[in-house]
Order: sequence, then C-alpha cells, then structure tokens
Amino acid sequence: MSTDLSTANKNYEVPLEPERYELRAAAPYHFDLDRRDFFKFLGAGIVVVSVLKPAMIAQESGGRQRRGESLPKEIDAWLHIGEDGKVTVYTGKVEVGQNIRTSLSQAVAEELHVPISKIELVMGDTKLTPFDMGTFGSRTTPTMNLQLRKVAAAARDTLIGLAAAQWKVDAQQLTASDGEVTDPHGNRSVEYAALTKGQQLTQSLPAEDPLIPAADWKVAGQPAPKVDGRDFVTGRHKYPSDQKLPDMMYGKVLRPAAFEATLTSLDTQKAEQMGATVVRDGNFVGIAAPSSKAAEAALAAIHAEWKSDPQPSNKELFDYLRKNTSEGHDVTGDGDRYDVGSFDQALSAADHKSHSTYTVSYIAHVPLEPRAALAKWEGDQLTVWTGTQRPFGVRGQLAEAFRIPEDQVRVLMPDTGSAYGGKHTGETAIEAARLARAAKRPVKVVWTREEEFTWAYFRPAGVIDVAAGVRNDGTITAWEMHNYNSGSAGIRTYYDIPNQRIVFHEVKSPLRQGSYRALAATANHFARESHMDELAHAVKMDSLEFRLKNLKDERLRAVFQAAAKQFGWGRSKSPGQGFGMGGGYEKLGNIATFAEVHVDAKSGEVKVIRVVSAFECGAIVNPDNLRNQIEGSNVQGLGGALFEAIEFDNGKILNARLSQYRVPRFSDLPKLETVLVDRKDIPSVGAGECPMIGLAPAIANAIFDATGTRLRGLPMVPNGLKTA
Amino acid sequence: MATLRLAINGKSYSVDTDPQTSLLTVLRENLDLTGSKYGCGEGMCGACTVLIDGKAQRSCITRVGSVSDKQITTIEGLAAGEQLHPVQQAFLDAGAMQCGYCTSGMIMSAVALLKKNPSPKESQIIDFMDGNVCRCGTYSRIISAIQKAAAEQGSTMAKGASR
Repeated sequence: MSTDLSTANKNYEVPLEPERYELRAAAPYHFDLDRRDFFKFLGAGIVVVSVLKPAMIAQESGGRQRRGESLPKEIDAWLHIGEDGKVTVYTGKVEVGQNIRTSLSQAVAEELHVPISKIELVMGDTKLTPFDMGTFGSRTTPTMNLQLRKVAAAARDTLIGLAAAQWKVDAQQLTASDGEVTDPHGNRSVEYAALTKGQQLTQSLPAEDPLIPAADWKVAGQPAPKVDGRDFVTGRHKYPSDQKLPDMMYGKVLRPAAFEATLTSLDTQKAEQMGATVVRDGNFVGIAAPSSKAAEAALAAIHAEWKSDPQPSNKELFDYLRKNTSEGHDVTGDGDRYDVGSFDQALSAADHKSHSTYTVSYIAHVPLEPRAALAKWEGDQLTVWTGTQRPFGVRGQLAEAFRIPEDQVRVLMPDTGSAYGGKHTGETAIEAARLARAAKRPVKVVWTREEEFTWAYFRPAGVIDVAAGVRNDGTITAWEMHNYNSGSAGIRTYYDIPNQRIVFHEVKSPLRQGSYRALAATANHFARESHMDELAHAVKMDSLEFRLKNLKDERLRAVFQAAAKQFGWGRSKSPGQGFGMGGGYEKLGNIATFAEVHVDAKSGEVKVIRVVSAFECGAIVNPDNLRNQIEGSNVQGLGGALFEAIEFDNGKILNARLSQYRVPRFSDLPKLETVLVDRKDIPSVGAGECPMIGLAPAIANAIFDATGTRLRGLPMVPNGLKTA
Repeated sequence: MATLRLAINGKSYSVDTDPQTSLLTVLRENLDLTGSKYGCGEGMCGACTVLIDGKAQRSCITRVGSVSDKQITTIEGLAAGEQLHPVQQAFLDAGAMQCGYCTSGMIMSAVALLKKNPSPKESQIIDFMDGNVCRCGTYSRIISAIQKAAAEQGSTMAKGASR
C-alpha cells in the first residue's frame, strides 16, 4: 500500500475501516416500498423515506456490495407526520445511553420546524424500522443524524408545497416554523396537521436538498435535556430486563464448567420433579420455572459433568499471544500491513533508536444492566425484547438458530442499560426463545453478573511492539509498530513519518473477544502516545513541542494546543505530582487529553487528580450531551488504564464479580475539564468513542513525569506503584 | 412459603413468598416495582438501593422476611403525584445520567444522604455514594445534582422557617 498519510487534511478523506472485531450483520434487509404497508398501521398523513446511496451502503455494510439486480430500495430511515400533527421517526439505531434519541430528535426538530416534544422516535424494532446494521462505530451522528435531517427537510418542503397548492401561491414565498406553514404576504398560516388531513403521500428524498448550515442551527447545536428523562428519574422506563408478559416464566441456563467444555453426563430428574421445564438440546441445558427463585433452585438441582481441554491463563497471556499468530493461515488483506519508505534503513541511520513493548489485558464491558431477553412464540412467529446494539443481527441469529425465515422473527430493543460495544450478540435472545418454545409460554432470561462477566465477550488483550528512530533535532524518521491480537483500529500514526512499517498480527484468542468502546484505538494510542513521550525524553524535548514538530494535521494540532492551554502545560510541579498528555484521531474525531497525577511515594497509591480534554467532532449537535460523553469516556477509561483486568485460568474466569473486578467509582473521579472545539464548517461526527483514547497514555506519561517509572502495561497500577 | 405483609411507598402489600427471597426479587417479580434494578447481586453496585425506615439499603442482599415490619420506599414512591422529589428534579436538571440504569439507585442513595446530612460537602457526597456504580461515568454530574438538590431543599426550608 502506498497511501500518503502525510496530507494535512487527511481527516476529511480517510475512509472508515471496518474493524475486524466489530461484529458484522447479515445481508441487508429488502424493504419493500409498499405505500399500503405504511398507511395501514400509521393512519393517513405524509411519509418521507430516506434511501441510502450505493456508496453509503457499501460503507455501512462493511465494504460488501450487492451484485446483480437493479439498485435495491435501501431505506435507512423514514418519517411520518400524522393527521394530528404528530411526527414519528423510524430508525434501526438504538439507544444505550449515548443519548441519540435526543440528538436525533433535535436534528428532526431543526429541519422540520416542530418542537422536540411533538417528535417520537421508534428505534430498533425489526418489524417497524428499516434495516440497520447496528449502533456502533460512532456512526449514528455522521450517517443517521444527517439522513434524518434530510428526511425532515424534505417533509418540510412537502408541507410547504401542499400549502402553496392550497393557497395557489409560489412555495418560495412561504416559510415554516413551529409546526405551521406561514404566508407572510397573505398574512395567513396553517398547521402541519391540517395539511396532512386526508393525505396518503409518500415522498422519497430528493437527490439534493440544501440543509440548514450548522452556523444557523437553532435547536441542533444547543443543549437539550434527555427527551424522556422523566421516565428514568421516576423508575418508569422499562429496560429489557424489566419486560413482563402474562404467564411469563423465568429462564436459567446451565453453564459449562469451563470454556469449550462438552457435556459428558447429565441428571435432570430432580429439577423435573420440582416442576420446572427442562430443556436439553446438544450442549444447551436450560430451565424455565414460574419464578426466578424456582428456576434457580431447579438449576441447582441439576447434576452435570463436563470435559474440557487445558487452556492458557492470564499469567502466560502475552507470551501466548506472540506465539500463536495465525499468519499464513488467514490472510485478511491490506488492512493488516502498511509500509511506506524504508523503515530498516531509516532506523539504522537514526541518531536515537528505541524499542518498547506495551501490553493490554482483557477487560469486561460491565454494562450495569446485564444481558436480558423476553421471548414469546405465537405459532411459528417469534417475538423477542432484548438489549442489543444489533437488533437486526440478533434477528438473523434467531432465524438461524431456529431454522425459520427472518420474517417470522421480530426483535424489539427497549432503551437499554448501556452496552459500550459489549452487546452485539443475541445470547439471551436465543436462550429465552429456546426455553419459551419448550415451555409454550413466554420466558425471560436475565443474566447474573457472573454470567455477564463470563459468557459475554471481552475487549481483546494485546501485545504491541514499537521501534522508532529519531534525529537529534526531534524529527522522527522511522516508525514500526506490531500489534498482536488487540486490533487494528487506530493502528496508523497521524504523525508525519517518512518511513513506516505497521503490522497487525491476528492471533487465536484464548478468550471470546469482540467490540469494546473505541476498539483497539485505546491500545494503539496507549502504545503510540507513550512511545512519543519516550522519544521526546530521548532527545530532551518538551512532549508537546515534540509532538507538534512531527504533526502537520491542523485539526489534531488544534486540540493539542487547546488542551495544553486549558491545562496550563509547562507549569512547575511539586513532589509526587506529574503531568502528561495523549491524543489522537479516531472515528473522524480529534482528541487531546492532559492528565495530572499524584503518586504517593510511601503507599504507592496513584491518584488521577485532574483531566483536561479538548475534543473536536465537527459541528456540535448537543454540547451538553457531548460534554457528558467526553466526561464519561474519561471516567470509564480510568478503569482500563489503572486497574481493570480479567483474570482467567484453564477456561474459567477467576474474578467474575463486582467485588473482585474493580470499576471506577466516585472516589476515583478526577477533576474533569472539557474544551469543546466547535467546527461549524465540518460535518458532525460521533463522540462516543474517540474521547476515550487519550486518557491511558496521558496517565502513563504523567506517572513517568512524577516518578521516572515507565509503565507499559494496561492496567498500569492494579496494586498501586511501588517505586522503592 | 409464607404470607408477608410489606409496607411499600405508603401502601400495604400481601405477598406469598419464601422469606429468604431477596427484597429486590419480590419488588420486581411479585409487585411489578421494576424501578429498582439488578446490577450485581452482592450489594456492590447500588442499582437496587431502596430506603428502609429512611436508610439506604441494598435490596438485592436484603431478605424480604427481614423487612416485613418496616417502611420501604422505592424510586416509584418518591414523587408526590406529578411533583418530582427535589433530588429527582435535580438529576433531570443536571443531566446526571446517560443510560439511566443506575439512576434509581443513585437517587435513592442521595435522598438518604440528604436526610442524614442536608448540606454535605463534596467529600461527604463521594464517601456516601461510593457504593453506587455508574458505568457511563456521570459521577461529576451526579455530585452536581446532589449539591443542587441540597441547595434547593435548604432554600425551601429557609422559606418555610421565615413564614
């Protein structure tokens, strides 16, 4: 590959690479544009549909193109305005706490000129919403937000057109605001609701529809409270685990004694005598009972024996990863390797050479709501309520598991108790559906915390080797990075280095692994930004000056400079105090994070005192929610940086409880300061992931600044830092 | 199995259950009070927090048989009709949530804190709330919300006293 990475405006152009650990969805849905279907369950009104452009389909579905046939009618969103003026928006995206129910409502309110309170979003219901691959990769804001703005703008223009026809005037002279079309010349106005009366109008998005520029936004670009916030502070909101149906039973699943174990003997007689429904289907053994207590008791009464092969432990993990690459077996293409210039030559010619190895552990997402699903069968029709980032993917999994067509499966996703990349899969949906089929009644399965820790999937562990060469004047001339297993997201450097070799090595992971907020960008930025400080130290340059010397990208420079200013970079420090920075570019956003730590020389306690982040993600849609996401990223990121790690041995997780696995708490909270860089001239992009990536290296660099000790493994200080 | 009488949110309930069952399970399964959440099952996350005789308790490790003679308040019983409790209102005003799954427990803990200490210092809020986990990381907003609620309650009380 010979891509030129050294252009200053690369941020605009680099395509999003699908990450290997971002699990992918099945074939796109064939949504039939049948007007009768729309109006049958909506009542009359106006429907505007958004059809994805072919290029966008390719990107959204991970690079796969449809073959043959004419262009499919790929709808990604649609909007209905009813005769009562109510606006209903349908999108396959889902809400897991990132607050897109609110930000997407703002987008529609902005272009349609209706109050947010008039808008309802139907999200992630495979029967009612168009196909969507899933809610991940920070894609909602750059794609769905934009599409919904276009849909809303087209709906507004349609309404203006109807008013113009009614009044027999030129549409150009009419304006829309607050749910009404107004004719300033005729001094008259009409409500949207009146215009939609008796209409059954379907409108596709016009090819070009000028949107309101970000600089002129009135609703978008402003803080807006969570649209249904009241339901959350009153406990009224029904999460997936709160769902209930009449005659519902509670399901439990017998877990193997170790990963990959197979059942050698099973005695379920006692459980059956207790009145529970017992299902054995291959390695699947499950219970359904009238109460969760009864289900637990029946499960405990099962006697099972399992057999499994010896498996590695976390103690030998990093050796294992290095030795178990799958090169030669699985050639996955260009994404695995990037070469430019001549690295070896450049390294040998460099004034200073450095080699370091960084590691990251497996960590768990620990969504506070564990996986949950409620399933019911009506004949051969299956309906499942579950918490997932991929309702359509889970529909596919269910269809596959039960050997039924997808159109017999409906998956609904109630707004869920968080996910962080950890809920791409449909385990509980399949379990609940299997038990419900046997019990002939609806069954709910809610995983325990131990199950969530053990049988979900983990953020990949990894080993990262970095080698670099730098001239005495601080110019980096050679850069090499090898990542074993942790992933390729964020693996490329944004520093301008003429000679590079960057390789991702796929490994057969000893644990089940998958997406995690920001994917491998956290690991790769930890290695890269830590090593940048090691190089700066080698040539005795200030860390900020050293970065800026090797960085042309204006947007990234801007956030580093903004954060440095807010942080007061260059201040003198007291004993035990240390300052550090880390930053980068990911999912089209730019982040720089500066950290202040205090290391207690006696106790070894490392406390993060203050974190300053400057973030730029184009035109800001909701500044208050954006701050919330950045603050949240920094708090969540503290765990993986400082103390979170999964311990495992021989196919078992050893710390599968919250009392054994430490997550960030109130007492870990640093002083958080956030600088928002609002670029109204650049399209809005997502913010749920990128802000996380600067924190770990900023802390590592600050700990080095405080103590002279360089920590190269995440988590850095699970047991404090002994410097003596 | 036993028939237990429970006093929850000012109402009296009769429940047939094993007294060893957790209060959380009874609230959620028998009484449809699903505002209290399961997060860990060992009292380590606070998502299940309720008030028992005014004190914050983890309902997931509280046996239902041990609270049959006590006053239980859950998140559903906090508002007076449509009038939100000042702590609920403060959480809304401060935008102190993302996914909201920890919110019920956070609010119940905060209500208990303000009962005990109407104007807590930041360090006291942190100490008291440390058993409540927010995985989305909204701790700083929750602290602000509690401070707002404390100020709001303080000014309401001051107004009441001056009358």
